[in-house]
Amino acid sequence: MEKHSTEQLNAVCSQVRRDILRMVHACQSGHPGASLGCTEFFVALYFDQMKHDSSFNLDGKGEDLFFLSNGHISPVWYSVLSRSGYFDTEELKTFRKIDSRLQGHPATEERLPGIRVASGSLGQGLSVAIGAALAKKINGDDRLVYALMGDGEQQEGQIWEAAMCAPHHKVDNLIASIDVNGQQIDGPTKEIMNLLDLKSKWEAFGWEVIVTENGNNITEVIQSLEKAKTLLGKGKPVLNLLHTDMGYGVDFMVGTHKWHGVAPNDEQLENALGQLEETLGDY
Amino acid sequence: MEKTLDTKYTYTEKKDTRSGFGDGFLEVGKKNKNVVGLCADLIGSLKMGAFQKEFPDRFFQVGISEANMMGVAAGLTIGGKIPYTGTFANFSTGRVYDQIRQSIAYSEKNVKICASHAGLTLGEDGATHQILEDVGMMKMLPNMTVINPCDYNQTKAATIAIADHEGPVYLRFGRPKWPIFTPADQPFEIGKAWKMIEGTDVTIFATGHLVWEAVVAEAMLREEGISVELINIHTIKPLDTAAVLASVAKTGCAVTAEEHQYNGGLGDIIAQTLVRNQPAPQEFIGVDDSFGESGKPEELLEKYGLNAENIVKAVKKVIARK
Ligand SMILES: Cc1ncc(C[n+]2csc(CCOP(=O)(O)OP(=O)(O)O)c2C)c(N)n1
Ligand SMILES: [Mg+2]
Repeated sequence: MEKHSTEQLNAVCSQVRRDILRMVHACQSGHPGASLGCTEFFVALYFDQMKHDSSFNLDGKGEDLFFLSNGHISPVWYSVLSRSGYFDTEELKTFRKIDSRLQGHPATEERLPGIRVASGSLGQGLSVAIGAALAKKINGDDRLVYALMGDGEQQEGQIWEAAMCAPHHKVDNLIASIDVNGQQIDGPTKEIMNLLDLKSKWEAFGWEVIVTENGNNITEVIQSLEKAKTLLGKGKPVLNLLHTDMGYGVDFMVGTHKWHGVAPNDEQLENALGQLEETLGDY
Repeated sequence: MEKTLDTKYTYTEKKDTRSGFGDGFLEVGKKNKNVVGLCADLIGSLKMGAFQKEFPDRFFQVGISEANMMGVAAGLTIGGKIPYTGTFANFSTGRVYDQIRQSIAYSEKNVKICASHAGLTLGEDGATHQILEDVGMMKMLPNMTVINPCDYNQTKAATIAIADHEGPVYLRFGRPKWPIFTPADQPFEIGKAWKMIEGTDVTIFATGHLVWEAVVAEAMLREEGISVELINIHTIKPLDTAAVLASVAKTGCAVTAEEHQYNGGLGDIIAQTLVRNQPAPQEFIGVDDSFGESGKPEELLEKYGLNAENIVKAVKKVIARK
């Protein structure tokens, strides 16, 4: 794959943010907040970091794989998948509507290219990613497995079962990231159920931990993921604390849980789109 | 269509049943100071905010940790508290089945499992969240009472009534705005079926949101000269066996209607009751062994065959089988 310039990647981000907003607006439901916050991360993965094939093969042998555990941020994933050729961008129109392949939360039943397991019920994705990484090892496949989780999602017990499992089985072909936006549905994570020091916790469980201070800077996100790769292959999985702002890119949505799962109305959409350049053409 | 029909129950307002829960929860909190609340990061969705504000010392936000919540609730009963847990129906059941089974049902703990966003009418979030198996799972558990009220008023009444019942309860309600067609001052007696309409040709046993669809179906069938008896089964377990058998003895056939899989739901337990005592033809309105999908509630009820029109068809079919 030819390398994209930072400018080109930022242009993709701008378009993806437009897609997210237009998708959730059209069905008046869905989760714009962390979708906007994680845009740079998804674009970095699919347009820069991962070796992947948009003709889509479920087993993904010889490819890097991505698993989304916090499935509610499906809008950003669907946009990035379509913008990288997995399916026609026109299909983004059908998001969350009846008979669509673009289910509210990612699903396999409708055979949407790019999705390998359903998610939406929180806490389950890292375990699946560990399984896929173990399968790669058994198959002698040296490509990597990526996963993304939410920070509120860290409150689920299964996360910590998985956290214990991966180092024990020396799953050193896995880069898991946590979207540290400090927000969840009912409010800031600190007030709902304080996560305290995630870095020490994951280190204590046996992971190599790196920190991306600004997950909304594409260069920094790519540098982190590059660094993560240098830490692999030494018996330990890597955990990336990806600090983002929920709602990044739209001034009235940024930094609050209020836009976790609320769609903009017509006026708000227009205002938001005015802040984001149409770079690749709206669907 | 509904507007021109002469339904035996009518409504002027629609409200979500989860708001019935939230309002009932506040009221029962005022009446009974042993009532405490727990929620797993869905206070807004479950409408538990008013209780939390009024009784901050009796309310625990546990974050996104449903398994932990069930255990903590079980523990609170040991100090004489009456915990009400709040999360979506999927995360209130399948997610935590063994925690409920061991720490609550088998241990006979007085926990009220309050489950919102049940069924297809959850809508756009899709199949990951649309549980259609919860009634089956919960009614299989010994000691568990299973309640699925039909509208805002009935949900509010049930929420208040379960505090006085000693033992674990599964209370199931939903997300969409739905007609309020039952009275605000209704008594709520756990385990007592409510005969809403008298009839002679067929009995419809309906639960939850589909009671309203059955009210509409009754009016449509009456226009065609078919006399329907409608029984509101708000308590699926323990089932009011006497009421079921008496009605079918008169009408000779049954249709069940629920927002749940055929497998394990109200239809199952009615069929079992009839087969054991007085076999009669029965038709089932429910989801036929499939997962749901994203869409608007009404669209989904239509696509999966759960609306009044489908109840009408089922009634005609079952009468022909008599
Ligand atoms: C098991 C489970 N419990 C509850 C929910 C409801 N829910 C969806 S998103 C969410 C908050 C998640 O917080 P976080 O992981 O921080 O994601 P963010 O709000 O930052 O997008 C909750 C509680 C769920 N989807 N799954
Ligand atoms: Mg978060």
